Amino acid sequence: MTHLPYIVAAYAIAIGVPLYFTVAVLFRVRSASRRLAAIDTRRERGRT
Amino acid sequence: MDARSSVAPPRSGKTLHRFANPGQFLRLSGKILPWLFWSGGIFVAVSLVWGLLIAPDDWQQGDMVRIMYVHVPFAWLASAGYLSLATCSFLSLVWRHPLADLAAVEIGPVGAGFTAVCLATGSLWGKPTWGAWWVWDARLTSVFVLFLLYLGHIALVRAFDDPTRGYRAGAILALVGVINLPIIKFSVDWWNTLHQPASIGLTGAPTIAASMLWPLLFSAIGFTMLFAAITIARTRAAVMERRIRSLLMAKASAVGGEGRLS
Repeated sequence: MTHLPYIVAAYAIAIGVPLYFTVAVLFRVRSASRRLAAIDTRRERGRT
Repeated sequence: MDARSSVAPPRSGKTLHRFANPGQFLRLSGKILPWLFWSGGIFVAVSLVWGLLIAPDDWQQGDMVRIMYVHVPFAWLASAGYLSLATCSFLSLVWRHPLADLAAVEIGPVGAGFTAVCLATGSLWGKPTWGAWWVWDARLTSVFVLFLLYLGHIALVRAFDDPTRGYRAGAILALVGVINLPIIKFSVDWWNTLHQPASIGLTGAPTIAASMLWPLLFSAIGFTMLFAAITIARTRAAVMERRIRSLLMAKASAVGGEGRLS
């Protein structure tokens, strides 16, 4: 007897959850870097 | 004894605080993160293909044993993740380590997610093997308690208006919850459980065949690298977000000061 549906579901969950965390954190880091760069630039301009 | 050496901080504390410097952390994490993500991804891809298509069936469980290559690494990481959360909490409470609070907050959701995967894949393994999705067995129940501890930590650190009080409360909860880790580990020895005992231990030879052990180790290494990469990247984002908040507050107070002067 094959248990393919159970195996496929387990692998899908095991790939899906870390993938979700990875994509989410990459977007978060990119957004934070852009905002930080923008604020720092404005601060530098303010000084000059 | 020279006067400078008598007032110098202890060497271990000095090293800790050097790594606690957010600027140093951002530089270091920026360098290692791409390597961690790519190596972890490659290890996971190889191990999953190996486990799914190449590794042999078990003589008793048949192809169901293939779930082991994803379930076991997540079970290890659920406990290891909590241990890292507790370590950060300890550093936060004892040395007021600047990055430890942020790291603890960022480990929580990842640990909870990985524990949920462990429970879900275990359930998918249990249904065809035991005939039940869930049993209140000592191992399953203690891992479920671990999941609740993660959720409790996530809720507690966000429950206070003053983040510092939230970090302190979360750190105490994390340290108290460490008692659950040996219970998880030894639950299969202390009680008569449906869950099988450990096949791999720190002492003694593993009781599973090498053809199954290697893909399992590859999978464990890969998912561990991904767990580390995700938590380091989340901490990196948290450091930058904290810096953004302080810059905006400094700017707002400067504008407020100018307004009062004019």
